[in-house]
Amino acid sequence: MPVVLENLGKRFGDGAPVLDDVNATIAQGEFVALLGASGCGKSTLLNIMAGLEPPTSGALEVPSDGAAFMFQDAALFPWLTARGNIELALQLADKSSTKASRRIRATELLELVHLGGAGDKRPHELSGGMRQRVALARSLAQDRQLLLMDEPFAALDAITRDLLHDELERIWKETGRTIVFVTHNVREAVRLGQRVLLLSSRPGRVVAEWDVTEEHRTDAGRAGELTGVITRRLREEIRRHAK
Amino acid sequence: MPSNPTTEERTLPVTESKEHITSPSLKGNASELRDLEAGLDNLQSDSGGKAGIDWKRVLLPVAALAVLILAWQFYVSLEFKRRDLVPGPLDVLTQFVTMWGEGKVQEAVWTSLQRGVVGFLISVVIATPVGLILAQVAPLRRAFGPLISGLQVLPSVAWVPAAIIWFGLTDATVYFVVFMGAIPSIINGLISGVDQIPPQYRSVGTVLGANRLQMALQIVLPAALPGYIGGLKQGWAFSWRSLMAAEIIAVGGTIGFGLGSLLDQGRILSDMTIVMSAILLILFVGILIEILVFGPIEKRLLQRRGLLAGSSR
Repeated sequence: MPVVLENLGKRFGDGAPVLDDVNATIAQGEFVALLGASGCGKSTLLNIMAGLEPPTSGALEVPSDGAAFMFQDAALFPWLTARGNIELALQLADKSSTKASRRIRATELLELVHLGGAGDKRPHELSGGMRQRVALARSLAQDRQLLLMDEPFAALDAITRDLLHDELERIWKETGRTIVFVTHNVREAVRLGQRVLLLSSRPGRVVAEWDVTEEHRTDAGRAGELTGVITRRLREEIRRHAK
Repeated sequence: MPSNPTTEERTLPVTESKEHITSPSLKGNASELRDLEAGLDNLQSDSGGKAGIDWKRVLLPVAALAVLILAWQFYVSLEFKRRDLVPGPLDVLTQFVTMWGEGKVQEAVWTSLQRGVVGFLISVVIATPVGLILAQVAPLRRAFGPLISGLQVLPSVAWVPAAIIWFGLTDATVYFVVFMGAIPSIINGLISGVDQIPPQYRSVGTVLGANRLQMALQIVLPAALPGYIGGLKQGWAFSWRSLMAAEIIAVGGTIGFGLGSLLDQGRILSDMTIVMSAILLILFVGILIEILVFGPIEKRLLQRRGLLAGSSR
């Protein structure tokens, strides 16, 4: 089931609209990078898609079972172990599941993010990258077709981020999820997305769109070119607000 | 494998050229990447070592106590005041041993402790659901919040006269006063614990599909646990204080002989050694409960959440 956003708008109170007339269609199994400067309403758009906030105008069509969500900070519950966090998500997703089945599934998910040995650690004992991998496993535990990611790797160091890009791509291919990935990092958008949507700032609106083809993925020169083009367009968008 | 191989990229045969070069490339095969990842994991995560018994924790308080007792003895030996008004540590100890021999100490401690613990536990059972509901339902909280805060400020001794009129000189009077002391303080502790929960935890709960009850029991309550334990600790302190006040004021009837009664007896007999013994006993029970019950619970809780590093506990 595709995700469709139609003339979506959002304003808080009487203020200027944060989102205005956002239109986009995201196919099932697609990996879309949603790019924009800070404060352009990317997170608001994601929250609307997750059902955390209602839109003030327009319509959206999302899978009826809702969406899995991954936040910028891992937001793991500190009173639970890594495994416990995943098991809680499994329990909340499927109330009728048994304890034993949740344990098996949690182990599988930990293996999937290469954290098989860290299940009994608590969040504060894990590194930032490991916490994000547990958070990724937790969002996969929800078993929803649509996975929304709100700058999940922004706070990580470069090496860890590169690793997680590879890991996320592998998991996307293995699970066939539809992923909407919000970022303000152009390289990250080009690295991960099949399609990059550029959101303007104040009000947020989809103003440009690029396809990232196989050629971009295999040819560093082409990828650099595309990154350059998108960066210029993004800077133009930000400069508009200089006056 | 992907369930929907729609794009060109995923149907391509796997070749060496498939490697991604758009990011600062992580070249290498899958196992190399896994090693890199495992290396990072080991470098960046804690390998928390286990510590043995820290003798400083035991010796420092004992030393402090010894210094205080010596200072007390020193002051008494200067003889500014009559000995029967300000007895020395040895006089108090002698009186204590005598009362222990008579079984008075055991009876008083047992009576009070039993009442304090039972009253406190009932308070917990009443206050916890009330606190949770108040914290979760905004209109109720706006309506009753100020009243609960007010009740916490009101000294529960103020309820003693009313309780005596209502219940007479029975255990019910004592318990009523304990409830009025402990319940508001536990409720307030729980509410402030809930207030301090990072908002993101609730968002995560919503996203994970928790309903209202699951949100309250599986996310809000555990997240608020540090504040709640703080409230319990204060609730215990309030029950213990209220209990002593009630026992001092309400003597006789079917009310048994507690530490407060012992204190009152010392006053009537004008025997400072009894009074001092009772005060020290009350203090001692308080310290014991902190060391044996709340201290370990709190420490374990904070440790498990990684909140203990750098604190002076």
